[in-house]
Amino acid sequence: MADLGRICLLLALLVCVYGIGASVYGARSGRVEFSDSGRRAVYALAIILTVAFAVLEIAFLRDDFAFNTVADTSSRTTPAFYRAAAVWSSQEGSLLLWAWLLSLWSSLALFLVRRRMREVAAYATAVLLGFGAFFIALMIFYATPFATTSPTPAEGVGLDPLLRFPTMMIHPPMLYSGYTLCTIPFAFAMGALLARRVDADWIRATRRFAFAAWLFLGVGILLGARWSYAELGWGGYWGWDAVENASLMPWLTGTAFLHSLMIQEKRGMLKVWNVSLVLATGTLAIMGTFLVRSGILNSIHAFGGATLGVPFVTLIAVLIAGSIYLVVSRREMLRSEHRIDSLLSRESIFLANNVVLVGLCFVIFWGTYFPLISEALTGHEASVGPPWFDRYTVPLALLLVLLSGIGPVIAWRRATLANARRNLVAPTLVALIALVSLLGAGLSGKPFAIAMFCCAAFVLGSIGQEFFRGARARRAMSGEPAPVALLALVRRNRRRYGGYIVHVGIAVLFVGVAASSSFQHASEVGLSPGKSTHVGAYKVTYVRPTATVTPRNDVAHTGSTLSLGALLDVSKRGHHVATLRPSQGYYDSGEPSQGSVGHLIGGQAVSHISMSGGVTRDVWTAIAPNISTPALQRIVTVGNRTLPPDEAEVAIGFLARAYLKDPPPAQFHLIVSPLVMWIWIGGAIVFGGGLIAIWPAPSAVRRRVAMRSRARAAHGLARA
Amino acid sequence: MEILTIVLALALLAVVIGVISAPLRGAAKRGATDGDRSHGSDPSPELSELEAAREAKYREIRDAELDFRTGKLSPEDYEAIDGALRAEALEILERIARAGGEAPGVENSAARGG
Repeated sequence: MADLGRICLLLALLVCVYGIGASVYGARSGRVEFSDSGRRAVYALAIILTVAFAVLEIAFLRDDFAFNTVADTSSRTTPAFYRAAAVWSSQEGSLLLWAWLLSLWSSLALFLVRRRMREVAAYATAVLLGFGAFFIALMIFYATPFATTSPTPAEGVGLDPLLRFPTMMIHPPMLYSGYTLCTIPFAFAMGALLARRVDADWIRATRRFAFAAWLFLGVGILLGARWSYAELGWGGYWGWDAVENASLMPWLTGTAFLHSLMIQEKRGMLKVWNVSLVLATGTLAIMGTFLVRSGILNSIHAFGGATLGVPFVTLIAVLIAGSIYLVVSRREMLRSEHRIDSLLSRESIFLANNVVLVGLCFVIFWGTYFPLISEALTGHEASVGPPWFDRYTVPLALLLVLLSGIGPVIAWRRATLANARRNLVAPTLVALIALVSLLGAGLSGKPFAIAMFCCAAFVLGSIGQEFFRGARARRAMSGEPAPVALLALVRRNRRRYGGYIVHVGIAVLFVGVAASSSFQHASEVGLSPGKSTHVGAYKVTYVRPTATVTPRNDVAHTGSTLSLGALLDVSKRGHHVATLRPSQGYYDSGEPSQGSVGHLIGGQAVSHISMSGGVTRDVWTAIAPNISTPALQRIVTVGNRTLPPDEAEVAIGFLARAYLKDPPPAQFHLIVSPLVMWIWIGGAIVFGGGLIAIWPAPSAVRRRVAMRSRARAAHGLARA
Repeated sequence: MEILTIVLALALLAVVIGVISAPLRGAAKRGATDGDRSHGSDPSPELSELEAAREAKYREIRDAELDFRTGKLSPEDYEAIDGALRAEALEILERIARAGGEAPGVENSAARGG
């Protein structure tokens, strides 16, 4: 079946090349059948890559270790769920996932616009197939998922234990969906520039895909943060890791685009800005994909092995050069149709918001790529850590949250100072009440956190006021009960009120970030059974050790050979709060040189944290047991010497019993973080608001609204 | 190479060729003239653009009304903005009508005196 996979890749590349040619010819000659054939090449690409992906997925599920990818990232002891998701844990498999998702999303986008913007869509098709051809060529010439080995190994290496967590397996598909969706507005922007049709139509066609890209990227980023917090052993959710930053940058420029495109839709302004944002977002998405495969930056996310740096750098250079050329050469037709009427207008607030978002992106870009630039210029690699990022991003984040509260209460086109003052009274009052309450509670030592809480309160006051006034206005017109009026208000103004809900979610998320990072209590301590320690207001007692043996009994369901941990009792002021069970999993290294017993636990040890989460705080623990004591090591040494491989698990059982009987002190990492859960709740609110904003109104409602608007527009002319 | 692989590959190739060539075969069958190939039944680019502008203008009119009803615009500002938006909307509707698109109700509403 590997042959079928290779044939699929070759066929896919041929289809891409044909599709590019047919689309460009169709666009230039006006021959619709060639444009349509090019579009159908994208559909065909989706079919081919679905078959290729199925071939690889089946190989993983059947433990077909003849496939190098399967042998390198899976094993018979890897749990079934992780075997299925291990397809994208390797460089090769992740490239296939990227190309497959690109083909699927591209097919959907082109299907939805098949009867409109033919010339623009044809060029966009060529660009999308160009991306497809690039990734497929990488798989054919650099990193093929269908490479095989003969004779077939009896067992695989197994999935990296760090990846054996549900959120980590869902995170790549969500993130790659975000990245690939970013290429669609990019392609349509290129198509609009190439076809010299930089009007509202391409914005209208691609707005939903830009929003979907923003949503999926955001979910992917949050899932990654959740994995980092709930699975890794360091207790944080964001470390300003290069690859984390690489996914955040297109999200920031995408956020800026979603705001400024409203200005272009309404006023025909910011065309150069918008098209530049879209092109930058697509390019940053490719750069994010490039970072994990280039080997140029250190990251926990980076794929090892062969690097694809040169092809990606070439592609990125082509994207940047092509984008600049097209924007500069089409600048005459990108002139704004109007100017901003007033500084006191929603347009101005959006513009300020855009500047802050792009500023954030620039700061993160500089901090992420600075090590590389520094090395290129000076020969010495410099590192930029979290304190540097925090110094510049925190003030910008404060400004961003504040603007997200001001924008909703300012009118489009122009607002009077008196009106603006009146609309800002209630939100300002809410912020002041929050400030007084926080200071009264004795929380005065963290000015940035206090400022963020107040800004978030301002946003909640502002948005709450908008919903209240909107529902009241609706009730005045329709006489509906308040809940019905509120629902009808949101249903009829999904973009506006969905956007408001997103703003609420962002404010809530930042409250969680500010609280958990500024008011966290942490300690690292060695404890023996029966001993206690304090962290914050909580007392943590090491009750007894725990142990499980063999992958089948692994309580974390990650296939570890041996898992050693502890039962902890958490109490506050004498009252039991939670029971926690952190553990450390030891995995098979597959290295016979470590001995028959040694290799069973000689692989990478992975911490399985235990956490008690709540709306007010999380109590988080991780354990590092000590298995290097002479008594425990003697069991491994004797087992290596005396036990054949098929009986080595007996020694693991002895090891576990010895650990339980006489446990050495273990190292514990303990953290109490306030309001962490509000980060995830805020993210869910953002996601919900985004869905509301992007959801299309039923077609019957759209027709009624359009007819009413036409009649009212005509009525206005008749009156005049 | 296994027989199954060959059969599946050939089937896939047949599907791909069928999907990609369908528009070309259709055009050949219709024997379409050069003049017809670039239009078909799709709206002209100008009409599409005007329809997109129309939808955006309707949305602006609704947003302005909502801004007024939620206290963000004074009555004087709302009247000025609303009048300007309606005039812009009617201009777009007239351009749509000239471009051959649907713009019903403009003349009728005006004749009824609003």
